[in-house]
Amino acid sequence: MQKNSSSLTQHNRSGWLFALPGFGLMMLFIVVPFVFAIVFSMTNQRLISPNPTQFVGFENYRQLLSVNLLVLDPVSTEAGELKQNADGTLTYPRIRTFTRNNPDYPHLQGMKEWFSWQWQDKQVAILASDPVFMKAVVNTFLFVLVVAPLQGAFALALALLINQRLKGINVYRAIYFMPVVVSIVVVSILWRFIYDGQNGLLNNLLHSVSFGHLAPVDWLGNPDTALGSIMAMSIWQAVGFHMVIWLSGLQTISPTLYEAAKIEGASGWQTFRYVTWPGLKNTAVLVLIVITMQAFALFAQIDVMTNGGPLDSTQTIVFQAVERGYGKQDISGGSAISVVLFVIVLSISLLQRHFTREKK
Amino acid sequence: MKTKIMKNVLLASTIPLLSMGSINGFAATELSLWYHGAGNPVEAKIIDQIVADFNASQSNWKVALQSFPQESYNDSVIAAALAGNLPDILDVDGPVMPNWAWAGYLQPLNINSAAIEDFLPGTKGYWDGQLYSLGLWDAAVAMITRKSTLMEANIRIPTLAQPWTLTEFNAALATLKQTGKYDYPFDPGLAWKGEWFPYAFSPFLQSFGGDIIDRESYQTAEGVLNGDEAIAFGEWWQMLFQKGYSPGNSQDSADRETGLVEGKYAIQWNGNWTALNMLKAFGDDVLFLPAPDFGHGPKIGAASWQFGVSASTSYPQGAADFIQFATQDRYMTAFSDAIGLIPPTKTAAAASEHYRQGAPMATFFELSAQQAVLRPVTPGYVVAAKVFEKALADIADGADVVDTLDNAADEINQDIRRNLGYGH
Amino acid sequence: MSHSSVDHHRLRLVVRYTLLSLIALMFIFPLIFMLVSSLKPDHQLLADTASLRAFLPVGEISLANYYGAFERAPIVLFMMNSLLVTAVTVVLSLFCCSMAGFSFVYLNWRGKSVAFSIILATLIVPFETIAIPMLLMVSKLPWIGFDGLTWGWLNTYRVQVIPFIADGLTIFLFTQYFKDLPRELIEAARVEGSSWWQVYWRIVMPLSGPVIATAAILKFLVMYNQYLWPIMVTQQEQYRPVLVGLQYFFQLNTAWGEVMAYLTLITLPVLAFYLVLQRAFIASIASTGVKG
Repeated sequence: MQKNSSSLTQHNRSGWLFALPGFGLMMLFIVVPFVFAIVFSMTNQRLISPNPTQFVGFENYRQLLSVNLLVLDPVSTEAGELKQNADGTLTYPRIRTFTRNNPDYPHLQGMKEWFSWQWQDKQVAILASDPVFMKAVVNTFLFVLVVAPLQGAFALALALLINQRLKGINVYRAIYFMPVVVSIVVVSILWRFIYDGQNGLLNNLLHSVSFGHLAPVDWLGNPDTALGSIMAMSIWQAVGFHMVIWLSGLQTISPTLYEAAKIEGASGWQTFRYVTWPGLKNTAVLVLIVITMQAFALFAQIDVMTNGGPLDSTQTIVFQAVERGYGKQDISGGSAISVVLFVIVLSISLLQRHFTREKK
Repeated sequence: MKTKIMKNVLLASTIPLLSMGSINGFAATELSLWYHGAGNPVEAKIIDQIVADFNASQSNWKVALQSFPQESYNDSVIAAALAGNLPDILDVDGPVMPNWAWAGYLQPLNINSAAIEDFLPGTKGYWDGQLYSLGLWDAAVAMITRKSTLMEANIRIPTLAQPWTLTEFNAALATLKQTGKYDYPFDPGLAWKGEWFPYAFSPFLQSFGGDIIDRESYQTAEGVLNGDEAIAFGEWWQMLFQKGYSPGNSQDSADRETGLVEGKYAIQWNGNWTALNMLKAFGDDVLFLPAPDFGHGPKIGAASWQFGVSASTSYPQGAADFIQFATQDRYMTAFSDAIGLIPPTKTAAAASEHYRQGAPMATFFELSAQQAVLRPVTPGYVVAAKVFEKALADIADGADVVDTLDNAADEINQDIRRNLGYGH
Repeated sequence: MSHSSVDHHRLRLVVRYTLLSLIALMFIFPLIFMLVSSLKPDHQLLADTASLRAFLPVGEISLANYYGAFERAPIVLFMMNSLLVTAVTVVLSLFCCSMAGFSFVYLNWRGKSVAFSIILATLIVPFETIAIPMLLMVSKLPWIGFDGLTWGWLNTYRVQVIPFIADGLTIFLFTQYFKDLPRELIEAARVEGSSWWQVYWRIVMPLSGPVIATAAILKFLVMYNQYLWPIMVTQQEQYRPVLVGLQYFFQLNTAWGEVMAYLTLITLPVLAFYLVLQRAFIASIASTGVKG
């Protein structure tokens, strides 16, 4: 892994001795439990049960990940005309008639509707054996895709703002960093007061800023705003941390480069584009990786603020893993979710590595 | 310099690290007792008293109390059970008991059934034909409102014998909404997540004629949780939120606590444990009313926290002795007087401040005796309750009623199958 | 310099400070709300959220919530537990992880790249997903203490410390930092006959102040905010940490003023710790050269 210029010899004994305490503890307390989780995910192990544990192969994964397609024709009257509702919409047979004990559709047994849309006069439905998990996956990806770039960008903006010689800049720096040192559980409790739908702080602020024109929004109670609200809070909480990482990157850029840019008469944007940003490539990779990993692990905010609701709009993968494993006592199902998450994040980081490597 | 500090820190920290264990040397056998009341000083005082009295009353056993915060109590017990670390005596929420008994955490409670004959049914935990747990109180839920509220709106004050009907109740809500005086006419309490949902709302479903699980076989929810009666219930439930009669899932828990007193809500579905506050706030004007009759009689949930004996204890007799000692009238009365819980026996009720004949909360005792229905007595209840909670939350948020109930029934059935029928 | 350009300069300063202050306000207002609310009785606290009064110490200000909070829960005990567990873990973590990092960067050994890959992979295992297997495991682990050999680690401090000593991120931070240290120093020491231990302890560690501070603060935050694990492994009150203590305050009728008081109390030590160290810390993170 590392080029070792000091000698070509091996230092097996010293190397092992130095690495052993840290590596050994990690094997014992992270790798071994995770291997257990993989094993659990192939059984029907329950949290609480006198029933014997059985090996079930990939059944838990099938139950979690199966997706299927069903195209429905509209219901016709006896005369062969399409039956229309009072408002002109067509009616379709209930999906459950296909997914429950229907000998013609054995492959759809037990599946539920995930989402569906109209295509010509047909209804196309995507079925999943576990639509809640599917929604959790989608939400988690949404969260990552929104939070990673935004948090990274805001953090960079803050870092540029704070990276100047001004009296008292340290005080501002400290304040921007403050939310990072407060427990996310504490933060979530406080933000419930901010997002409250009736007399929350945010609604009152909007109310007075708009002179009463904005109606109060039930931020966490409305499926359209709940996930966004949690994203905003999460960005707020951690942006200070990434600001500091960007700062470290900024300080590795040599001042002579800036001077050269100045002499050439570069504008602020040009300086950023051609001096600052190229110098931050490595930092950017680090920030992106750390944010992505934190975002995939989204749990505490959900647990304190919404419990996955309203209408599953804030379900996430880790929340589902915990809800299954502990809440519904289904350790094997919860473990399968953990393994799926691991595989997802691993693939993404391998891809990330692949792409960043090619550029070198 | 730096290393010196580090060494000192290390030393200082290893001392408590090593000095654990070794609390022995009592003549009496120690029995450990787990209780869910941490953070509640009033409850703690009474339970401490019971333990002290018991320890003084005999010399064989010495009970040692360990309190847990209620929010994480079940998680703590399950973790301890997995790790083989259960105490001798533990308290358990009534509907969860079958789950723990089936899993082998609890053993039958050796108390003569004659001795507890006159206990309210909700305080006795039976599973598989045997007594496993016994409570020092029951809880009951009522429609809490003010006489003046109903009189002004010209709404009939219902009685135990003649509760509101569905039509009457809906009409009352419409009337109260029209007055424009209240944010919401009816507060069912969606701010309280978790067990409150099945405890407080499944009786509505039962009064409509549905249920969470079919109680004949305990093997399916099909037809009871998604039958016509259940769909009628679901549509009614959704209507409460769509018409703006009730605050939804995002209700502020502070509003839940103060909304009725502040006049934001006209009627509140709430437990007897809040009755003391309401009495204080409204005095004579307060009303504790029975649940409406939605077609199959008025129903409320039964069973609260109870004591049981862990399966792993070597001293089941000592544990049972303690539970029997604790369920004396005077302690049950003490709990009732201090926090407004319902005493399990007529004699304890007669001696209590709030439940004696003619006392303001006596209604609750009658409610509990006449209308209380246990939540499904099955180990599968724990999962079914979660499914039920999510279904009701989703319906309140506007999800399709039929689909939601169908999916809930499917999920419960799947869980029952995966658990090989839960031992029924 | 002309007169107008001085004005211009002044104006720009005013704009800058205004911008900085507005942003600062955004970051600090929930904390002000917490602190101010902890001084108010419940009914006023809740009523005040409707206006700017939420951020002002006005009305019936008192310390009553703090007295109430101390009565409800053994707060000092919880804080001592959290600080003890946190401090011990941080110190041990710094040792183990820096040694591992040292080994990965300076020493050649068989299996190194596999081991390093495993460590990177553990970065993506959220703790929640391995908690139960870990519980089953620690409940059966042996320990040798003053009363000889015992089995099972539940209800101890060690069960809250040992599993968290080593983690991928800390090791990763150390390797990144060590890579940038001048190699000549190390080679010179080796030529003079220093053992690897001496190189590590006398040369590398004294140069690693910045990364040590960074790793220490990150670990501190993780450990001080432990919640799920202590619920699972501490059945006795005497071992519980601060976030489990928070549960004592959520009763059927939650006293929000007391909750705010408790939140303030458990946040203060971290804030104080941070404010004291902030200069060193921010300077250190900045010079840690975390460059991916």
